[in-house]
Amino acid sequence: MAMPITVRVIKKSEPGRIKAASIRIGAIVLALAASSLFILLLSLNPIDVYLKMIQGAFGTAYRVKETIVKTIPLVITSLGIGIAFKMQFWNIGGEGQIAMGAFAASYFALYMNGMPKPLLLLVMILAGMLAGGLWALIPAFFKAQWGTNETIVTLMMNYIALKWVMFLQYGPWRDPNSLGFPKIANFPENAVLPRLFGVHIGWVFALILVIIVYIFINHTKKGYEIAVIGESMNTARYAGINIKKTILIAIMLSGGLCGLVGMIQASAVNYTLSVEITGGVGFTAIITAWLAALSAPLILIVSFLFAALLEGGSYIQTVFGIPQAAAEILQGLILFFVLGSEFFVRYKFVLVRKHHTVAEKGVS
Amino acid sequence: MEAVVYFLHAAIVAGTPLLFATLGEIITERSGNMNLGVEGMMLMGAVIGFMVGLNTESATLALLAAMIAGAGGALIFAFLTITLRANQVVSGLTLTIFGSGFADFVGQDLVGQIAPEKLRMFFRPYNIPILGDIPFIGSVLFRQDVFVYLGYLTAILLGIYLYKTSLGMNLRAVGENPGAADAAGVNVTLYKYFHTLLGGALCGLGGAYLSLVYVPALQEGVTAGRGWIAVALVIFATWNPYKALFGAYLFGGLDIIGFRIQNLGINVSQYFIDMLPYLVTITVLVVVSMRKSREKAGPKACGIPYFREER
Repeated sequence: MAMPITVRVIKKSEPGRIKAASIRIGAIVLALAASSLFILLLSLNPIDVYLKMIQGAFGTAYRVKETIVKTIPLVITSLGIGIAFKMQFWNIGGEGQIAMGAFAASYFALYMNGMPKPLLLLVMILAGMLAGGLWALIPAFFKAQWGTNETIVTLMMNYIALKWVMFLQYGPWRDPNSLGFPKIANFPENAVLPRLFGVHIGWVFALILVIIVYIFINHTKKGYEIAVIGESMNTARYAGINIKKTILIAIMLSGGLCGLVGMIQASAVNYTLSVEITGGVGFTAIITAWLAALSAPLILIVSFLFAALLEGGSYIQTVFGIPQAAAEILQGLILFFVLGSEFFVRYKFVLVRKHHTVAEKGVS
Repeated sequence: MEAVVYFLHAAIVAGTPLLFATLGEIITERSGNMNLGVEGMMLMGAVIGFMVGLNTESATLALLAAMIAGAGGALIFAFLTITLRANQVVSGLTLTIFGSGFADFVGQDLVGQIAPEKLRMFFRPYNIPILGDIPFIGSVLFRQDVFVYLGYLTAILLGIYLYKTSLGMNLRAVGENPGAADAAGVNVTLYKYFHTLLGGALCGLGGAYLSLVYVPALQEGVTAGRGWIAVALVIFATWNPYKALFGAYLFGGLDIIGFRIQNLGINVSQYFIDMLPYLVTITVLVVVSMRKSREKAGPKACGIPYFREER
């Protein structure tokens, strides 16, 4: 009797951690190889380009600091988005939450800045977090109450927030001393975050938040409930978890962290509020959070590497004249490969000989 | 009266890119795939369609190229989510990031160029005999450009396909319960691939309408969030191609209402008027979800990868 051999795909029972990690690293190597083809299309030498990128991100002390400055908003935003994603709540409104956080913090920096510096900064931080959190709470409320699709609502709210900041920048908050150039006045000195070891203090916030979020997700009841809701709404309901309340709390936190990023960027990096305040971080953080498998410590590492990619990317723009868009294509390629690689982490191929047993014939 | 006709006419023009993208996403989601890369596929179609149109001055080739570009983006998504079972939400978002990078990169030297004269002539409004002479309706609906007529036709054909053919019925089964469709002998993977690619091609057409007819020039980020509005319109239209016609033109009207309000001398900041389509989208989504009924829910298996061995 003939026994044809077929390939079957089956789920791995328990993917080994080292094997999973090596598959993911393999995916990144493949992504770099694919990117090399793309760079070759631009008739450039990929090795040269990669070396210049590394140089651009880490070449001098100044560049390393710049890379760290780029890492800070990515880490904190990814942590925030990661909390929402853990719950399968697709918060892609990071951009808007950052903008609203920056707006609220800027209000105090510009119009209520009579306080002593530590107090003013504290108020700005709280205002930023609250504004970002409330902005995220709107879609969370709709989701919890009526199951409204949060992906689109959070995204639509990005546009609204950015139009609002534009309105301020070109209207009521426009600096009359800026001689026709539509910008908001720079913050006074006591609204600017201090520096520690040459980089603004946001890096300390980022490190502390990584630890707090890690503990929150892995070692608290609320964190566990968030994970359960993400795994299965039905299980959560069955276990008696208050789903509505948990969604609201988690998304308030998620948006609050994004709002904090807005405050940090306005206070320590831009020294003012503008439509460019978000710098696309709300979207990039989606990638970094996912690449890091929503794990807080990994978010730190991935964000740093991604910031290096961005920093190196902007360096090669000037060296080789590669347009900004090329960096976006590279980001997309890397994520495509990593997304695809998950399949090989979760499944394996096996060869099966088909035995035509009596039982099987009986079925057919 | 003339102003109303003019406004409705313009609303249909502004709604046409939304219509194609919405129809594309409807057909994609009907197969159980939620592709959030609409914005990216539209941008890819906009830039490739424009490029081919500029170089060949052929409308047919330009539209064909835009469709291939959109379908190409959808192919990446389809391979990741159908074959490799990757997360649909993240794959779609990545496609949007990739697509906008791709469009900016490919179109960098063409930004600001105007669509060639020959194409603009081809896409000028064309009065359909008899129909175009019907008072009011004729002036609004049947004195449009060829692309708009293509939109009517696509919506109606897709409606017939979905509700009146056995292929369409199979497709709906795949979106509702792929396991049952599979058991009934429907090739689930093939259906998913085909309709995801078809959806991408339609999104590409929507993008091409912006760069070739609506603007008509190449701008960076020419879609300006229309892809996302289309994703919301799918829900608004309850996955029904006929209702998509209505939804797309309604939102086309919202898109252009800003100029009219200011022309009426009402003093509202441009930035608040610009918020309108987004605010209305949110309102629509909330209202639809509030009065959710069984027939208004989407395809049940939408967003869930299908894997025969895990049924």
